[in-house]
Amino acid sequence: MPEEGDIKEIAKRKREWEGSTLKRSLDALPERRKAFTTTSSAPIDRLYTPDDTPDFDYFKKLGLPGEYPFTRGVHPTLYRSKLWTMRMFSGFGTAEETNARYKYLLEHGETGLSVAFDFPTLYGYDTDHTMARGEFGKCGVAISSLKDMEILFGGIPLDKISTSMTINGPAPVVWAMYIVAAERQGIPSTKIRGTIQNDILKEYIAQKSYIFPPEPSMRLIVDTFEFGSKEVPLWNTVSISGYHIREAGSTAVQELAFTLADGFEYVRAAKERGLDVDEFAPRLSFFFNAHNDLFEEIAKYRAARRIWARELKETFGAKNPRSWWMRFHTQTAGCALTAQQPENNIVRVAIQAIAAVLGGTQSLHTNSMDEAYAVPSAKAVKIALRTQQIIAHESGVANTIDPLGGSYFVEYLTDRMEEEAYEYFDKIEKLGGVIPALEKGFFQREIARAAYRYQKETDDKERIIVGVNEFVEKKPIKIALIDMDPEGERKHLERLNRLKKERDQKETERSLDRLKKAAEGEENVMPFILDCVRAHATLGETCGVLREVFGEYREPIIY
Amino acid sequence: MELVERLLRGDKRAAAKAISILEDYDKKAADVLGAIYPHTGKAHIIGITGPTGTGKSTLVFALAKEFRKRDKKVGIIAIDPTSPFTGGALLGDRIRMGSLTLDEGVFIRSMGTRGHAGGTSRATADVIKVLDAMGMQKIFAETAGAGQSEVDIARIAHTSIVVEMPGLGDDIQAMKAGILEIGDILVVNKADLDGVDSTLANLSLVVDREKPSGWKPRTQLTVATEDKGITDLADLIEEHYDFLKQSGTLETEGVERAKEELRAALSHHLFLRVFERPELIGEFNNLVQMVAKKEMDPHSAAEKLLGLAGIA
Amino acid sequence: MAKLRVLVAKPGLDGHDRGAKVVARALRDAGVEVIYTGLHQTPEQIVEAAIQEDVDAIGLSCLSGAHMTLFKTVMDILKEKGIDDIVVTCGGIIPDEDVTKLKEMGIAAVFGPGTPLQTIVDFHRKIAGK
Repeated sequence: MPEEGDIKEIAKRKREWEGSTLKRSLDALPERRKAFTTTSSAPIDRLYTPDDTPDFDYFKKLGLPGEYPFTRGVHPTLYRSKLWTMRMFSGFGTAEETNARYKYLLEHGETGLSVAFDFPTLYGYDTDHTMARGEFGKCGVAISSLKDMEILFGGIPLDKISTSMTINGPAPVVWAMYIVAAERQGIPSTKIRGTIQNDILKEYIAQKSYIFPPEPSMRLIVDTFEFGSKEVPLWNTVSISGYHIREAGSTAVQELAFTLADGFEYVRAAKERGLDVDEFAPRLSFFFNAHNDLFEEIAKYRAARRIWARELKETFGAKNPRSWWMRFHTQTAGCALTAQQPENNIVRVAIQAIAAVLGGTQSLHTNSMDEAYAVPSAKAVKIALRTQQIIAHESGVANTIDPLGGSYFVEYLTDRMEEEAYEYFDKIEKLGGVIPALEKGFFQREIARAAYRYQKETDDKERIIVGVNEFVEKKPIKIALIDMDPEGERKHLERLNRLKKERDQKETERSLDRLKKAAEGEENVMPFILDCVRAHATLGETCGVLREVFGEYREPIIY
Repeated sequence: MELVERLLRGDKRAAAKAISILEDYDKKAADVLGAIYPHTGKAHIIGITGPTGTGKSTLVFALAKEFRKRDKKVGIIAIDPTSPFTGGALLGDRIRMGSLTLDEGVFIRSMGTRGHAGGTSRATADVIKVLDAMGMQKIFAETAGAGQSEVDIARIAHTSIVVEMPGLGDDIQAMKAGILEIGDILVVNKADLDGVDSTLANLSLVVDREKPSGWKPRTQLTVATEDKGITDLADLIEEHYDFLKQSGTLETEGVERAKEELRAALSHHLFLRVFERPELIGEFNNLVQMVAKKEMDPHSAAEKLLGLAGIA
Repeated sequence: MAKLRVLVAKPGLDGHDRGAKVVARALRDAGVEVIYTGLHQTPEQIVEAAIQEDVDAIGLSCLSGAHMTLFKTVMDILKEKGIDDIVVTCGGIIPDEDVTKLKEMGIAAVFGPGTPLQTIVDFHRKIAGK
């Protein structure tokens, strides 16, 4: 980047250019719009020059890959040594059906697993609960017991593959099921790799699959941190997620700021328990959205890495460089998929995926074109996986590290998003921290406003979405959707009932009683949950005990 | 009226329809009111007010559950502001009360303030009459935010509860002027938060002042989300009601309330006499122009309209 | 004048309330009294709330895929109670073949992803005009 004197010269010449060359051009051919904005409605200028980042300092702002502040990436070789993990979020119907889907994906080159659970499972209910009506296997796989978990990973060696599980409220229980399933494959907990999402704060903020109130939820999460750092050292015990915040309608900056604020809150909670930050921070991972606006998304990932490194080092006193790393998974934006002309989604997903790769993601899920209708068909999901393979092997974007580093525009955007994130941190601080702020509905209100504005701008055609408000076709394009086993729910319930009959009922009840006492006290509940799982207590029964002790959360009224 | 007969038997759908008629004040309103009026006057009406964020809905929910345990039928009216610009409203108090929806002995209705044609107090008082007539024994009327409606509610309710929470500070200062003084019971909700002592100290200024009836306002700490302090609060509500009955205040205030109601009804009907007639609405608009241009004063304009309506 | 009242409801466990809230706000801005039930409502609760609130319309939102069961239950209960003066609409992640079935059940309109807010507002204005 140029010296200060050069910057002045550039600014001066830019002004001259605006008065002459540019003016003549605009007079003859005005611009298409009065204002240009990002997908998040942030204004974008016509041209960026070094003048837009006047105090740019290479080592302070960027550094080298694998070195503080990690703006250019956490790995010194990035994708030249190892490509990102291609991890397709999937699950539907019965454990058998999803197991078959996993094998299909692995066969086609997927390199990591990612489990989607159905809603009853996400809320810690068994399939036979009244609230589970109509939900079985619809948006994920139903897992009510250890038996289901074992079928889900049948024939998949759990020491060879890493598994990510999108589970929050019941995360300790579902994780315990996975640990025991591995145990029964003969694989010790020290050998398994993967992630539980376990990020309850963003559930209160955005996705709303919470169970317990904040206080006991935070305790459960810290319990998993503590247990994981000792017993399951290769496991990421939380995936601090902006994805759902974005899907709920936030801007890119809100996604960035709220996710990092949640992350700081977890670090604070764990430190309060007396855990050493360098013990658990290396196991914290993140999960971001990749929306339509290529540069805004790339800047978001870069800013996220820089802020996280700085805060962990300077605010939280972490000394281990691994604690400063922000490692993250990315999923392309589900909310950007259109039901109209669904094939177009293949192209959208490709662009979003490129943003994630240029932003240095550690793993990636690409959405399937048919997901504005249902969970994806095998064909659609294969195209989505192939999209990643084409980006990895054909496009050339994986050949060099942070190729957009030094772009005037991208550096400016990165700085601006960082600044705006800090403005949000201040606001959250003034409200008393993340939990008081969410109880007051701060995040929910900010997101709802952004969501409404997005829809308004789309309706008013200030934002063009191909096939939706422009280039519309009257005749709908038909695509073949997934076929699920119509007998799935019956089979699942039969298995659940059989399990309840065949297990040692006394032992199950004893384990649940012991868990109840532990939950009422201050002990780490993980060992007790593992015992419940081993005694074949169901997900609903185990979460039921915790519901009894902790109560249930009710959301504040926010529009 | 068949509708009224059904609502008197406790039919919720009929009650709901009757409420809409009264809220919209359509042609049948006078008949409905006339038919239910003899069946009213049995319920205990409790007004709940206070700044937003203090947890009023949750408190009402907790109190409703408590009075259900005591075998009382509970009516709830939750009032939220209507947008003065669009006339629309987002009414979200049911979010808190979902699990009461299916309780036979509970009726919940959300209302917008609809700040026009007679104001909140008229419609609220009328809607309460429907709940009263259908057999609800404890009727809670909850108003949102700050403003005139709080004071209106105090005129309608037998027992007025003002809800506070720790840490509001400046808001309390602002409220002292009027709203706190209407409270027969002052509740400090969210009492598990820091700052309860200073909130109570602020309230003591009001608590020490005896009401004309001889009732000394009382305070109660609650954590409505955990049902803490709710039994005591319910006892206090009953104590106040007993006091009103035994001291004869219920009766004397009843006359006052009737006076208020008649006044409100009178102004509403005078208003309707003018606005029911399209030609007079035209004249109204002409007079507005004249008043705006200072060609006529508003009092003379009103006199003129009443004259045209054949009243003066 | 009779005010249009609409109940916006989220049946089942699905927590995705972006669409429901955006629609609620758009209707509010169009002068409608919108009653929002919040999350995790059963079909029974939704119908009972609609009765007590005396609404002109119910808008159901579900993105979890459970719509065929949950929306149908709402329609069944309405029928069972003899309620025919409440218009029911819905939105969410709904495949085309389900749209046909939902309409056969008596759901008046299905507002899928990408529906302009104005379309939803206009639809409800028409109800008010009736």
